[in-house]
Amino acid sequence: MTNSQLIASTAPRVQARTLTEQEVHDIEHELTLYPDKRAVGLEALKIVQKHQGWVSDESLLAVANFLEMSAHELDGVATFFNLIFRQPVGRKVMLFCNSVSCYIMGCEQIKAHISERLGIDYGETTADGQFTLIPVPCLGDCDRAPVMLMDGEQQRNLSIEKINEILAESAERE
Amino acid sequence: MTDTPLTKNIDMKREPFDFGLYRHAGGYDGVLRMLKEMAPADVLETVKNSGLKGRGGAGFPTGLKWSFVPTGENAPKTKYLVVNADEMEPGTFKDRLLMEGDPHLLIEGMLIAAYTIQANTAYIFLRGEYLRAETLLRTAIGQAKEQGLLGKNIQGSGFDLEIILHTSAGRYICGEETALLNALEGKRANPRAKPPFPQVSGLWGKPTIVNNVETLCNLPGIIRYGTQWYKDLGKGEDAGTKLFGVSGRVKHPGCWELPLGTPIRELVDGLAGGMSDGYQLRAFLPGGGSTDFLLPEHLDLTLDYDVIGKAGSRLATGTMIILDDHTCPVGMVGNLMRFFSHESCGWCTPCRDGLPWVDSIFRRLESGQGQESDLQILTEHLEYLGPGRTFCALAPGAMAPLGSALKHFRDDFEAHIRTGACPWQK
Ligand SMILES: Cc1cc2nc3c(=O)[nH]c(=O)nc-3n(C[C@H](O)[C@H](O)[C@H](O)COP(=O)(O)O)c2cc1C
Ligand code: SF4
Repeated sequence: MTNSQLIASTAPRVQARTLTEQEVHDIEHELTLYPDKRAVGLEALKIVQKHQGWVSDESLLAVANFLEMSAHELDGVATFFNLIFRQPVGRKVMLFCNSVSCYIMGCEQIKAHISERLGIDYGETTADGQFTLIPVPCLGDCDRAPVMLMDGEQQRNLSIEKINEILAESAERE
Repeated sequence: MTDTPLTKNIDMKREPFDFGLYRHAGGYDGVLRMLKEMAPADVLETVKNSGLKGRGGAGFPTGLKWSFVPTGENAPKTKYLVVNADEMEPGTFKDRLLMEGDPHLLIEGMLIAAYTIQANTAYIFLRGEYLRAETLLRTAIGQAKEQGLLGKNIQGSGFDLEIILHTSAGRYICGEETALLNALEGKRANPRAKPPFPQVSGLWGKPTIVNNVETLCNLPGIIRYGTQWYKDLGKGEDAGTKLFGVSGRVKHPGCWELPLGTPIRELVDGLAGGMSDGYQLRAFLPGGGSTDFLLPEHLDLTLDYDVIGKAGSRLATGTMIILDDHTCPVGMVGNLMRFFSHESCGWCTPCRDGLPWVDSIFRRLESGQGQESDLQILTEHLEYLGPGRTFCALAPGAMAPLGSALKHFRDDFEAHIRTGACPWQK
């Protein structure tokens, strides 16, 4: 969707936004670690995402300009990676492991429960902008399956009760 | 001396050792001696003689791999060491344990490898989801630098090493070593043609060694205690110890360090406590999602690269996934096919088009819409996506569980087609 907006000539021209001082500072630090500019493309996208929540067309263009590479080339990198979000996401992103050990330990029932409670499927965000549910490949915690990563915290041995607790706690903290 | 060199410092109930505690436990002793007394060629000889094989999946002899790096006057001055910490193989959770449990061990291993190939820059390619490992590694790198074990002219040896931590953003193919190099260079992570091999022309065209986390963690012990000690650790044909994991419906899933050559039964029935109550073992993948199923009759085999190879599978990452009698084998393999299809990088046609086709057939089978001809199509894919037919090993890896499942669970596949439903779905 966003990619075609960049390409389509009929769409209104997207303007690069101005990177914040913090973003520039963080990207410049990364530049000291690699021998050329394009190598930090992914890092720069991650930095922008950390500050903005996602990577808009405006952000993408800004980063491409900053790194002196074409926006399409950078978008090729952005769209390649599972964890670069080219659409807005909710305040909390549930990275839900749906790989084989979690499958054996019943992650599909847990996923069905989350979907039912929140009314969202994979790739969707709740209407209140609170949660986004995204499947991720094996989170490497297979002895404590099923697992998901949310808000930087690994939630292990998931059960329907545990999901209810996590959701209740989130609601309380709001 | 120790018989668990990889995990002796690890206790996940507390914080990992900081620099001081790691030093106190004899850490960095080997490296300090190496810098004083050993030439890079001596270290290479030692590692070759140790019999260490790569723990990233392929089991390639580490010393031999290093020996392909050009040396001497005319060799390029810039060389790189890259740590493959992208651990995303389904069912694999061993490198996480090492990085979260003893980050200095990895740094010490990196020092040994970098010194041997005379690389002055080393990148750790860490999967983006391993947030705790990221924090712990950053801290450990900072401490090692403060203590003069990283940086310029380390301990007066004239050897320089900087370690840079790169965090990825989630794509399984980045674990393939040439795709990983493209990702580090800021490109889409499609694999590269081989040759040239990375040892000769890798990161930014410079000689590069890519090693798995666990492989590197074996080095400090080898340098400190020697090759004979290392060989004696193994109980069978292979030298050393390895991390082995068990996940699925067993009483105590987990990850342990065991001598290579340990019988599988000791792992599954012993440490993992056997099957959970009410569950029976039907089969298992011995080393992650890209390996062929083995059966209960294989439990007495030993965990050796060749032994598992002769039984028709691969030891690969050494992390087993258990299939129990309450889990539909068609569903389990379908789950793996969905994973591989999703993670195909799209570079070559057989994999880009073949895996989604396989995935769609599984969806049909699981929903009871399968036809007899589907099994024929799946069987044909074993060849189309087999070794040598695709640009990298992702697709052949996906065919391993598929091919062995079609062989061992034929009846289950046929039952889905015959009854028009999944027999496990009540
Ligand atoms: C699709 C694919 C994914 C891979 N993922 C990993 C990985 O996550 N970690 C790893 O160490 N090796 C992985 N490998 C193997 C690497 O290509 C390479 O063989 C390994 O890093 C070499 O290190 P070693 O010699 O120390 O084993 C993968 C291979 C393929 C084909
Ligand atoms: S086999 Fe699959 S993952 Fe490997 S290069 Fe081809 S498309 Fe990419």
